[in-house]
Amino acid sequence: MSQTTTLHTEVTQWLSEHWDPNMDLLTWRSLVADSGWGAPSWPSEYYGKNMSPLEASIVEQAFADYGAVGAAQSGVRMLAAVTLLAHGSHEQKQKYLRGILTGEDQWCQLFSEPGSGSDLAGATTRADLRGDEWIINGQKVWNTSAHHAQYGLLLARTDWDEPKHQGLSYFVINMEQPGVEVRQLAQMNGHASFNEVFMTDAVVSRDDLVGEAGGGWKCAMTTLANERRSFDRARDVGARKGRQGKIFRDLEEEFAIANEPYTWYPQRAGRVDLILQRAMETGAINDPAQRQDIARLHIMAETAKWTGERAKAAAKAGKPQGPEGSLGKLAASNVARLAARVHTAICGNDALLTGPNSPMDGVIAEILVSTPAISIAGGTDEIQKNIIAERVMGLPKEPRVDDGPFRDVRRNTGGPTTKA
Amino acid sequence: MALGFTEDQDQFRDSIQRFLSDQMPTTRVRQMMATDHAFDHQLWQQASAQLALTGIHIPEHLGGAGFGPVELSIALEEMGRALFCGPYLSSAVLSAYALLISADEDQQERWLSDIASGERRCSLAITESAGLWQNDDIRTTATAGNTGDSLLSGRKRFVVDGQSADLLIVAARSDDDVALYVIDGDTNGLTVTALDTMDPTRKMADIELNDVVATKLTRAPDHILDTLLNVACVALANEMIGGCQRLLDSAVDYTQLRYQFGRSIASFQAIKHRLADLLLDVELSRSAAYQAAQTLADCGDLRNLNEAERRRLTEHASLAKAAVCETYLQTSLETIQLHGGIGFTWENDTHLWFKRAKSSEVLFGTPAEHRERMMAAIQSALPSQENAA
Repeated sequence: MSQTTTLHTEVTQWLSEHWDPNMDLLTWRSLVADSGWGAPSWPSEYYGKNMSPLEASIVEQAFADYGAVGAAQSGVRMLAAVTLLAHGSHEQKQKYLRGILTGEDQWCQLFSEPGSGSDLAGATTRADLRGDEWIINGQKVWNTSAHHAQYGLLLARTDWDEPKHQGLSYFVINMEQPGVEVRQLAQMNGHASFNEVFMTDAVVSRDDLVGEAGGGWKCAMTTLANERRSFDRARDVGARKGRQGKIFRDLEEEFAIANEPYTWYPQRAGRVDLILQRAMETGAINDPAQRQDIARLHIMAETAKWTGERAKAAAKAGKPQGPEGSLGKLAASNVARLAARVHTAICGNDALLTGPNSPMDGVIAEILVSTPAISIAGGTDEIQKNIIAERVMGLPKEPRVDDGPFRDVRRNTGGPTTKA
Repeated sequence: MALGFTEDQDQFRDSIQRFLSDQMPTTRVRQMMATDHAFDHQLWQQASAQLALTGIHIPEHLGGAGFGPVELSIALEEMGRALFCGPYLSSAVLSAYALLISADEDQQERWLSDIASGERRCSLAITESAGLWQNDDIRTTATAGNTGDSLLSGRKRFVVDGQSADLLIVAARSDDDVALYVIDGDTNGLTVTALDTMDPTRKMADIELNDVVATKLTRAPDHILDTLLNVACVALANEMIGGCQRLLDSAVDYTQLRYQFGRSIASFQAIKHRLADLLLDVELSRSAAYQAAQTLADCGDLRNLNEAERRRLTEHASLAKAAVCETYLQTSLETIQLHGGIGFTWENDTHLWFKRAKSSEVLFGTPAEHRERMMAAIQSALPSQENAA
C-alpha cells in the first residue's frame, strides 16, 4: 500500500514539475517518452522503467488523477510496440519505439489479403531478398488507417518451399515510398474505414525484418493476441474531452482522426439500447407479436452481458477460464443480427429510407446496413465456431489438405479484387 | 459474488454430484419412472438426512441449513442433470417457499420442519385451467367451516407429485380474497387422480376437493401467487440448465465416438458448428438461470417486496424461464438428431431428457407467456410509458 502511495506521489511530483497544458502535444509526449513514465512497464533501455503491470497501472492512474495526457496509444501503434518488444532487434526498438510513444508515427497492420482472409497463413504477398533489400510484391486489404500511416506491420512470404506457416516473415515497411499505393475501400454502408494496399517492388531494408526469416507467423500471433486490448485503450482517450489548453485541442484532433474509422461501430453491434425507446415512439411496444420479438432480443442481449460478467468473475476468482470466456464474439453477432431485424420491424415502412430524413437522423438505417459486418470482422462466425468446437469442446480437427510445401497448396489464383 | 460461485459452493456442488452419480444412474431413473409415484423412501431419506438437501434454504431454527436461493439452485441444477426422481421441486422448493412466505410462526413450526427434514412431502396446488398463476384464474372456493377451519371445493390440475404428497397447499378464494390453505393428504372429500404424463420422471395429479377441511395460511401477502410463480420459474430454470448440460455432454461424447466415412463425425464442420451453437445457447441460458437465482437471493423479505424488487424479480424469473426452456428443448432435439437413428430408440437415454424438456417447456407457463410477463415488468419501470400507451 505504502509503495503504491510512494509511486503515485513520485509521478505526481514529476507531473507538477513538467506538465503544462499549453504545450503542444508532440513536445509534451517527447518529454513523457524520454522520462520513462509513458511506458513504465517497458525495459528501461527502451523508454520504460522495468515496472510490473500493477505498477504501470498506478502510474497511469496518477496521470489520470493529475489530468495529464500520457503517451500516444491509439490505433495499431501499441500492437507494433508489443511485437517489436517481443521479437524486434535492439536497433529496431531504438528506432521505432520512441515515435510510437510520442505519436509522431502512425502505424498500420498489413496482414489480410484478398486471397487469404480466415486462412491468414495462406498469404501470398512475396518478399524476395536482393542484396541488402527485401523486394515486396502483393496486395493487402482491410488495413485500418493505412492512408495516414508512416509504417506498416507486414506479413509476407519469403519461402515457398516450406509449409505455409513456416514460409512467412514479418517486416516493418515504410509506407511513404513509391512502391506502396494505398486506396480507401468503400463499404456497403457508405463508410470507408479500411484500405487496400498495393505493393509493387516496394523496398524493405534488411534491417527491418522482425525476428528471423520464416518466423513471421509467431510475430503475427503476438500482434493479434494484443489486438483487443489496444482497441479498449483507444476509447480511453475520449474521456479527457472538454479540458482547456493547446494540448487538449491537439489531442481532440488526434482522437477525431483515430476514431474516424469507428464511428459506425456502435451501429454495427445493433444498438439494442435504442430498441425500447423506438418501440414506444412508434407504438410497436403495444403490438403483441412485436413484443415477443423485442423480448427475445432483450433476453439474448442480457444473457450475453451476464455471460461476459461470469467470465470476468471467474477470472477475478482465479478460476480456469470456462466456455463462457470464448463465446462473446459469437454472441455479439447473434445479438446484432436479431437487433437489426427488430429495428426493421419497429420501423415498418420507414426502414425503406436512409439519410437525415430517416428515423433518428439516419442512425437506424446505419444499423441496418452495418450489422452484416460484425459476423465477419476480426474472425468470421464460422471460424469462431471452429475455435469453440476444437479448443473449448475438444472436438477433432478437420483433416488438413494444406500441409507440405506451400507452392503445391491449392489457393486463390487471382483472388477477388476491386482493382480495375 | 454475483454470477460466480464461492469455493464452499463449488464443494457443495461436488458432493451432490457424487451422491447423484452413485444413487441416480439412468438405470435407476428408468426403474423409478416406471412406478406410479417415482418415489423411493430410502433414497429420499439419504438426500434429506445425509445431504440435508430438503432444507437447504430453510432457516436453522426450523430444522433447515439456513442457506439461500443460490445454494438451492445448485442442488436443483444437479438434480436436473441427473433427472433425480422424487418430490424435490414440489415439496422442498415450492411448498417450503409457500410456507416461508405465507405461514405464521406456529404454522411454520407445525409443517416446515417436517418438510425440511424430508419426513413429510407436500405439494403445491394452484393451477386450474390457465397456465400462469393469477388470482383471477382461481375458482376453487373456501368457505368457513365449523371449528375455525375452512372448507375447500373445486378442482386443481397438474399438481406436481400430487399422488405422493402427505400434505397439500391449495390456492382458493373466498369472495375476492385469494389465499393458501393446507390440507392433510388423507382428509375426507379429497380425490387424487394420477395423470399419464408424457414425461414419466415428473409425476402429476388432478385433485378434486369437495368440502375438504383446510387450514388457512394467515400471513400470505396479496402478491403471493405472483411471488410463488417467480420462485417456481427460478427453480425450474436452474433445474433445466443441469439437463441442458447433460444433453450437450452426451452429444459431444457421442459425435466423437461415432465414425462414418473414415472419420469421427465430430470432425465435420456441419457437426462442430451445431455443437458450438448449442454451447452458446446453453451458456447464455446458464447465465439467465444463475442471474435469476442471484436476483431472488438479493430480495430482502419475500413477504414484503418493494416495487423495484418485485419488478426485477419478475423480469429475471420470467426471462430465465423463457430462455432456458427453449434452450432445453432445442438442445434435446439436436442431441437426438446428432445421435442419428439410435437417438430415437427407447434404449438410448436422450428421450428421458427430451421429455423432461418438453414438460418443462409448458410447466408454470409457456415461453411466450413468460416473454410477455417479462415485457410487462420492464415496461412498468419505463417513465414515459403512459404517454406512449
